[in-house]
Amino acid sequence: MTAVLTPLPTSARPAPPSAARIGLSRVGLELRLFFRERQQVVFSFAYPVVMLVIFASILGTEERPGGIPFAQYFLAGIAATGIMLTSFQAVGTAVAGERERGQLERLQLLGTPPVAYFAGKAGQVLVTAGVQLALLLPVARYGYDVLMPVDLAHWATFLWVAALGALAGTVLGLAASALPGSATATNTAISALAIVLQFFSGVFFGFLESPGWMQQAAALFPLKWLTQGMRSAFLPEEAGAFEVAGGWEHGRTALVLAAWVIIGVMVCMRTFRWRRGEG
Amino acid sequence: MTTTELAPLPVGSGGPAGVTVRGLTKRYGVRPVLDGLDLEVRRGECFALLGPNGAGKTTTIEILEGVRPRDGGDVDVLGEDPAVAGRGWRDRIGVVAQGEGGQPALSVRETLDHFAGYHAVSRPTAELLSAVGLEESVGVRVERLSGGQRRRLAVALGLQGRPELIFLDEPTTGMDPVARRRFWELIRELRSDGTTILLTTHYLDEAAELADRVGVISEGRLVDVAPPDELGAALRRESTVSWLEAGVRRRVRTASPSAVLRDLLAAHAEVPGLTVIRPGLEDVYLQLVGAAPTTSEGDLR
Repeated sequence: MTAVLTPLPTSARPAPPSAARIGLSRVGLELRLFFRERQQVVFSFAYPVVMLVIFASILGTEERPGGIPFAQYFLAGIAATGIMLTSFQAVGTAVAGERERGQLERLQLLGTPPVAYFAGKAGQVLVTAGVQLALLLPVARYGYDVLMPVDLAHWATFLWVAALGALAGTVLGLAASALPGSATATNTAISALAIVLQFFSGVFFGFLESPGWMQQAAALFPLKWLTQGMRSAFLPEEAGAFEVAGGWEHGRTALVLAAWVIIGVMVCMRTFRWRRGEG
Repeated sequence: MTTTELAPLPVGSGGPAGVTVRGLTKRYGVRPVLDGLDLEVRRGECFALLGPNGAGKTTTIEILEGVRPRDGGDVDVLGEDPAVAGRGWRDRIGVVAQGEGGQPALSVRETLDHFAGYHAVSRPTAELLSAVGLEESVGVRVERLSGGQRRRLAVALGLQGRPELIFLDEPTTGMDPVARRRFWELIRELRSDGTTILLTTHYLDEAAELADRVGVISEGRLVDVAPPDELGAALRRESTVSWLEAGVRRRVRTASPSAVLRDLLAAHAEVPGLTVIRPGLEDVYLQLVGAAPTTSEGDLR
């Protein structure tokens, strides 16, 4: 008989690696898996660019309230949508699929702390959303003469709005993945919600042009605030007068997005499951 | 290697039990799956759980792994209750479940290298690869592995954290005979290192080959437990005497085959097709789970 395994150590076993260490290694793994899924990569990175090209080509000569060129207004909306798709929709469908294929069961059997798994998803979303925006902005700037944020303060606004929106989308995607039913059913529900929210939240049309009930419904969800925050970074100061509240409402934007992150985390803690059915 | 004899349990075993289960119950909806199951696996022992599909083997194992809640009964695994035990406990347990749970887009090496970081201590990837015979597939993505190769990767992942106790749920399903033999060697080696092993299997030769003791589950209860060649002691005392009489095969089950043979030989000068068969593990198993006819086809007149 060939002895191929070294014997068990007799000394006491050290504690398992920390959740932070596993979380960090999961960010690397999630990114590697993301970039190996070609369809996912193409969709995530090409969708906002393609939408910008289509809408700016058709409606390029139109103006939004305050004399804002259409492409300028639309960039803010499609950037926000891109973030929602790479966070909420991509995470929600990925987690439901991983659960259905038994990949989460493997993580459970290894004693993976749920927070390390969440961190892996969040890290992957932040990086891919960053790449997505890094591809979208130059197309808007050089293809359609869209002005970029005018100074450091506006860039800072852009960054915190994008990061907070991506985090809210990630935890809400994780929460939505726990919806009952098959992964296919979950994916359909998540995609439908994402599409409806885009139309409600002032991505394609001027938010003020939508009816009051739609504005109020949209204000409950993060995408409206993410879009408004993006406008505040890209549009000139005076365009804030054409928002519902007559200003950019940075405080409220931060509050609503942060509240969604917290609500999402609390829902995940209570409803996250490693396997389908009980246990 | 031809020996089927297992080495005696390593020194130092026989301390606290590896697994102790008393009166375990579990229902799915109104259907009882486990109905007062008792089970004891000693430290350092290789224990095989046999039983038909739906008898409760996987449910039992999942409760012991702490991934499925139980309805009643006491469970102790390595000194802790799996329902509430933490990560430190889980790191001492290795699991080869029926599902694969691998990432299809990762190669074998990437899979092993990544999951090594989840354990306090882990076996080197090279060592695991040679232990399960996946050296040549190290760069192959999981999605391109055969079913048997995926099983072997699952075994490697189960062993990776140097567990004190390893659960193997139908580990050799889909493996070819060579891979199965290799896996048996591995299990014997783990056992001689002092690892406690609890496995379920449908292959009775596997149980006979590997296990110190075999337990048979039927309808949510443990109906018998013994070393493989002593299982169903009462059933084993019954041999089957069989012969041809006017071209028709006659069979008699008896606890005293010698007496039957004496009668036969006294009555006939020549007894064609005469055999005496002692029941094997498979016969005993089938009787225990109620899947074999219990009455003989003919009686001696």
